[in-house]
Amino acid sequence: MLKINNLHASVEDKAILRGINLEVKAGEVHAIMGPNGSGKSTLASVIAGKDEYEMTEGEILLENENINELAPEERAHKGIFLSFQYPIEIPGVSVTNFIKTAINETRKANGLPDMPANEMLKMIREKSEMLEIDRKFLSRSLNEGFSGGEKKRNEIFQLAMLEPKLAILDETDSGLDIDALRIVANGVNKLRSKDNAVIVITHYQRLLDHIVPDFVHVLYEGRIVKSGGKELAHELEEKGYDWIKEEVNA
Amino acid sequence: MELKEKLIASFMAFENLVDIDLPVHDVRSEAIKEFESQGFPSKRDEAWKYTSLNSILKHDYSVFPKLENHIDYNDIKKYFIHDIDTYKIVFIDGKYSSHLSETTHDGIDVCLMSSALSKPKYRLIIENYFNKVATKDSLSSLNTAFSQEGAYIHIPKNKLVAKPIQIVHFSTGNEAALMLQPRNLIVVDENSHVQIIERHQSLTDNPVLTNSVTEVFANKRAIVDYYKIQNDNQNASLIDSTFVNQKRESVASVHTFSFGGKLTRNNLNFYQNGERIDSTMKGITIIGNKQHVDHNTLVHHIEPNCESHQDYKGIYGDSSTGVFNGKVLVNREAQKTNAFQANNNILLSDKASINTKPQLEIFADDVKCSHGCTIGQLDDSAMFYLRSRGIPEKEAKALLMFAFSNNVMSSVKIPEIKQRITKIIANKLGVNTGFDL
Repeated sequence: MLKINNLHASVEDKAILRGINLEVKAGEVHAIMGPNGSGKSTLASVIAGKDEYEMTEGEILLENENINELAPEERAHKGIFLSFQYPIEIPGVSVTNFIKTAINETRKANGLPDMPANEMLKMIREKSEMLEIDRKFLSRSLNEGFSGGEKKRNEIFQLAMLEPKLAILDETDSGLDIDALRIVANGVNKLRSKDNAVIVITHYQRLLDHIVPDFVHVLYEGRIVKSGGKELAHELEEKGYDWIKEEVNA
Repeated sequence: MELKEKLIASFMAFENLVDIDLPVHDVRSEAIKEFESQGFPSKRDEAWKYTSLNSILKHDYSVFPKLENHIDYNDIKKYFIHDIDTYKIVFIDGKYSSHLSETTHDGIDVCLMSSALSKPKYRLIIENYFNKVATKDSLSSLNTAFSQEGAYIHIPKNKLVAKPIQIVHFSTGNEAALMLQPRNLIVVDENSHVQIIERHQSLTDNPVLTNSVTEVFANKRAIVDYYKIQNDNQNASLIDSTFVNQKRESVASVHTFSFGGKLTRNNLNFYQNGERIDSTMKGITIIGNKQHVDHNTLVHHIEPNCESHQDYKGIYGDSSTGVFNGKVLVNREAQKTNAFQANNNILLSDKASINTKPQLEIFADDVKCSHGCTIGQLDDSAMFYLRSRGIPEKEAKALLMFAFSNNVMSSVKIPEIKQRITKIIANKLGVNTGFDL
């Protein structure tokens, strides 16, 4: 599904990612953990195509196709979805209109006609029920005045509507209380299949209790310095990151 | 010959065309003297500091329209709001076009200024209202001097006019360059409600200069909604001076949508002559190339307990330039005034510019007045957010611009206008919008 080879990226000449190698296969869940400032969010943004970051070396392959030069929307059309750590407030655009536009633009790019209105409504109803989202919420301006939890739930709602091949969840657990966390995790789990993959970026292990990863990677100073199974997340939760830093610096 | 001299010389020829025995002609004669002494405004005038008329005054304009030119309705249908039933007062090269118009005298008068000025049955209204709220600035005076044709609308009391009224001016390009001076008078009596849509449309690339003056009288508890659609072509310029005189408890709004034309100047003046008046002035400006749009507004709070709301959004691309000069004047007696003003702008290119100047003169001490102006670019992080969801760059920009303008659109009461404006904006931005906001 996704293969990243020797990825280097910098912002304003400051190197943030310094040689990332990662392979995510269909059906897998990968967790990327690491201390603050290790480059986790940058990695997510670079995969999604944010042009503020300059890729200085390496390649990103999606289903064996190099996507280095693709615009964010083209990556989205190929099935990459990034759930934002800080979703942007866009006054004047309702959640429903936004998601309709996003779905139909993606369909258009893939040579499909617009989704029929009744099908769209049905899907909106199903997915909002799954995520326990109040219908009134859908006519509100996108993220405007939403609480932290509402914003995150709205991200997962969009994820559910767009049904991407590769979902990247950037700190989706931050700002969520335990109930919201369970709802969000539930939503993600229902979308998992053998054909798609999830990358969960998180600081803490608690989300990983609900979305159980197949692999856990530790990002530190722009490199993946340790990989393991889900037990690595527990170890990090217990011992923190200092021992990793010591290992790396040794 | 300079345009000023040409106009003054033409006034004598104009006198051969109109009935100079009518009382209104004294008003015209005074006005031409006023124009002669003032001349066209220049950048030395404070109110014209950022708008130069030089480039549009250099043409050799024909100042008198010739015979009526015929246009086929199907060729110009798209310039009308045609999906609803409306009254229409239509002019071609300044001449009334009866075959394109739909006027009425059935309980209300929706007809021509030329007949209102000449027929005895309108004399009282003309005496009481004509040129009573328009100022004596040079361009309004020039219009007054040549005032003869335009829309005359009188709604007697307690009438809810169900059909909006469209005032549309076409220029055909039959003249190499044409100057038009339409003059509208709209009197809405107690408790009545009327909706008006105004548009100026040139059908060729020949230069057109329209110097339009509209006087609106909203009497006690009247409701007047006025929509101006400005989407003319690259060589057409418009100076629109609209004066709204409001009596107690009246509600008046003017929405100005400026998307086209070479140079557009909107002088919009509201005078609140009574208590509990509500005035709304809103606008969306989206221009590019070397276009120029200047909004010059005034709301004069004369009496207590009134409100005014101004909200102008501007999006400027390429080398376009914009001006917003919004004046709020609150008299000492006008206590408990609520006056709000906002002007938000987005510059899409390094060469585009906007000069925005709020001017608040407040002499009362118990008022709520606020103003705010912003100038910015489209938000990069919002763009990335939309694009990461599969919305292409152009559509994402359009979506953000629609969202930015949404506050102004939300108070448009005629859905067909909202749809039309949305369509014009979408065309302008080159997107096929699946979204409606």
